[in-house]
Amino acid sequence: MSESTAPKAVEAPLNFLDDRLGSTTFFKRNMKKVFPDHWSFMLGEIALYSFIILLLTGTFLTLWFKPSMVEVVYDGSYTKLQGVKMSEAYASTLHISFDVRGGLLMRQIHHWAAILFMASILAHMLRVFFTGAYRKPRELNWLIGIGMFTMGMLEGLFGYSLPDDLLSGTGLRITQGVAESIPLVGTYIYMFLFGGEFPGTDIVPRMYMLHILLIPGLILGLITAHMMIMWHQKHTAMPTQHQTEQQVYGYPFYPVFMAKTGAYFLFTFGVLALLGAFAQINPIWLFGPYDPGAISSASQPDWYMGVLEGSLRIMPNWEITAWGHTLSLNVLIPALLPLGIVFGGAAAWPFIEQWVTGDKRHHHVNTRPRNAPVRTATGMAAVTFYGLLWIAGANDVVADRFSVSLFATTWFFRFAVFLGPVLAFIVTKRICLGLQRKDADVIGHGVESGIILMSPEGRFTERHEPAREEERVVLLSKENARPEAPAVDARGVPAPGAKGPLGHLRSRLNRAWQFDDVPVEEHAENGHAELEGDKETARH
Amino acid sequence: MSDENKETAGAQEPRERVIGTPSPARDKALLADGDMSAPAGAGEQLDEASAKRAERIVALFFLLAFAGSVAFIAYYIGWSGRDGGMHGVLRARESNFWLGGTMALSFLAMAAGVTIWVRRLMASKPIIQERHEFAADPQSRAVFAEDFMAGAEDSGLTKRPLLRRTLLLAAAPLGLAPLVLLRDLGPLPEKRLRSTHWGDAVEKAKRQGKKGVRLVVDGTHRPLKVTDFAQVGSMITVLPEGIEEDVPHDQVLTQVAKAVTILINVPEEKFKPAEGRENWHVNGIVAYSKICTHVGCPAALYEQTTHHILCPCHQSTFDATDAAKVVFGPAARPLPQLPLDVEDGYLVATGDFPEPIGPSFWERG
Repeated sequence: MSESTAPKAVEAPLNFLDDRLGSTTFFKRNMKKVFPDHWSFMLGEIALYSFIILLLTGTFLTLWFKPSMVEVVYDGSYTKLQGVKMSEAYASTLHISFDVRGGLLMRQIHHWAAILFMASILAHMLRVFFTGAYRKPRELNWLIGIGMFTMGMLEGLFGYSLPDDLLSGTGLRITQGVAESIPLVGTYIYMFLFGGEFPGTDIVPRMYMLHILLIPGLILGLITAHMMIMWHQKHTAMPTQHQTEQQVYGYPFYPVFMAKTGAYFLFTFGVLALLGAFAQINPIWLFGPYDPGAISSASQPDWYMGVLEGSLRIMPNWEITAWGHTLSLNVLIPALLPLGIVFGGAAAWPFIEQWVTGDKRHHHVNTRPRNAPVRTATGMAAVTFYGLLWIAGANDVVADRFSVSLFATTWFFRFAVFLGPVLAFIVTKRICLGLQRKDADVIGHGVESGIILMSPEGRFTERHEPAREEERVVLLSKENARPEAPAVDARGVPAPGAKGPLGHLRSRLNRAWQFDDVPVEEHAENGHAELEGDKETARH
Repeated sequence: MSDENKETAGAQEPRERVIGTPSPARDKALLADGDMSAPAGAGEQLDEASAKRAERIVALFFLLAFAGSVAFIAYYIGWSGRDGGMHGVLRARESNFWLGGTMALSFLAMAAGVTIWVRRLMASKPIIQERHEFAADPQSRAVFAEDFMAGAEDSGLTKRPLLRRTLLLAAAPLGLAPLVLLRDLGPLPEKRLRSTHWGDAVEKAKRQGKKGVRLVVDGTHRPLKVTDFAQVGSMITVLPEGIEEDVPHDQVLTQVAKAVTILINVPEEKFKPAEGRENWHVNGIVAYSKICTHVGCPAALYEQTTHHILCPCHQSTFDATDAAKVVFGPAARPLPQLPLDVEDGYLVATGDFPEPIGPSFWERG
């Protein structure tokens, strides 16, 4: 190794930069940066690469797309719509699809990449939540992530509304209805958004600006911050032999991770190209231009808006009219409340957890989901809540496919949305505790070896063997509950942190967090006495 | 637990009786081996023969990727533009398959090649890096706080409240100014949402001495006669006559979006007109706003047997025989009804909708 020096083509530019920026110190420090390896750590990478692909394909599309609602008569090469009046936006989208070589491919890759972008962010966030990777010191990156997902929803909504086809116009119409429901300022927001009454002629150029400039710019800024913070703080790691709070173990950035992540980018692009080539998406030429009086059945938004669609569908028709004003709870509640609960709750969660557990330490090694049953159960309750609303957004499709009454599906979801999360919480917590018990058993008693021993008096027992060291490390990564002092001691003096109603609440939540914890620990006599395995096992 | 220990444990128990074949439990992993996936050959001396083989496989994939890219360019230049270039569905589909297929091939082959390269040929070893405390020690924090306050004092900001307060005052409007600039984003709502083009059209017709404005079929703009619409159970979308001519060109779609109306022929014996609207229908032909009162989708589905109007977006359901009362779903109010009459055999509207159409809003009342 030592005899090799970098070729001149590499060295010269490096020296050029170093002379001016002192960059070699930076490169030297970072080129061996350690990347811990776990399959679930790749989910965020998919999101990053989808975003890059979105920028590339999106730039291509802007070269031909005309963000204009001026009415034109189509005379392009899609014969079925020739002579039809439509907006320039729709006509130029048809032009991209049918008259620009590779245009349809870029459109389809762009749309698929948007879907993948949102899906991978969500998956990545679930990974971070369930392993506790959001804990101190990484709360900021967690909040940035929630911000990016929310902005991604808006970005997607504006993006698929741009072609001004029948489906996207319907989405905009719903957006207008939701805007109008806002108390006090609803009609003003509506008028200011559309530049007058729906649809007007301003909305497409405005959404275009938001979609290609403002929101992507903001997302790009957040991604940069996200990456820099991650780079600075170093990765979390799943609990294994070499991962501790003091060190991180894995392969160096250069060359291993660089090559791996490069391959991963190529895989992402390749799969999206495959989808763009063979899986049709958003065939706007079949929907036709937007017509406010027309609609097709089973109109569905892209998946990440489905949760809003579902809550709109199953909400009872409550509306209050009093003192000359109307408050449409039937729109306002579903538009704000479910996502408010899920995203607001997710944003507050790290801080709530810190407050409840009193744990203000830094955490770099993740928790296995089973070892934080309340967190895992709460997460599953949120997943169930979100998932049910999401499916409710397709209740007409469900009713059609499974031949059940449409109204019955609505009623089902009206109840399931409340009962499902409770059930998910209970079931998940039970499963977590069961897994804890199993871990405790493996650590305390060892693993069944399949070897049957016969004792002199004729008793048969199975020999247990201690688990392998690398497995024991994982199991023992569990931090057992540390019961707090009782809220009120024997003399009736409240413990610090348990004073007042808030302190009382905290102390109760703290107990709920850990009261049924199953300690996973080595039994004292088991400690290092494995050599006497037979005596041990006889006792079990 | 190292294997060494296990072996010793076994050796010390010559009397151990084993029934059957010992289970391979000690080799079985309790946990998924998810953590360290690559590189498989890392840190090991590579066997040169198999490394050569791996290299050849990687090279094959890279060649495949190259071929994919060449095919992409070749198709683009040589085939996609033949006979006057891209035109229509068939050529779009063909070029989409070829361009997308070769592009996917190129990316995936390259990705596979790099993956095999990483897993088979890279000899890097896993390494360990120390984590560092992020926070500065209390002393530096204290020093910084001191410096900060010293700077504030040097600047005079702490000593001179007049300076400080007027600076804040000067800065405050800067935040508002951009918001003020946004005022011209749109007009104020005023009474815009309260009326539709039906009102203007009826007024115009009445000025000309007619009873009301004719209904024309959406799309064809043909005025509709009662006899044209005599079949019970039919439904059609109508607009006020002349909407395309009387409205400024760029306002047509906006006005259509408000005035669009469904005309339904319900069986007269089942029809229960609302109070005060007994003569708003013509032999069971009744007109409702097509814009759903929930969030504004077109309530476009009509079921003849139940006389239900259904909005396909969120499934609000209205009863056509009962003044479009809400039967199910999230909509809170009936679809507004349009007063109808007959003039010279043609269906006419004799007034605007009596209430604002579409979704509810705060000032609606």
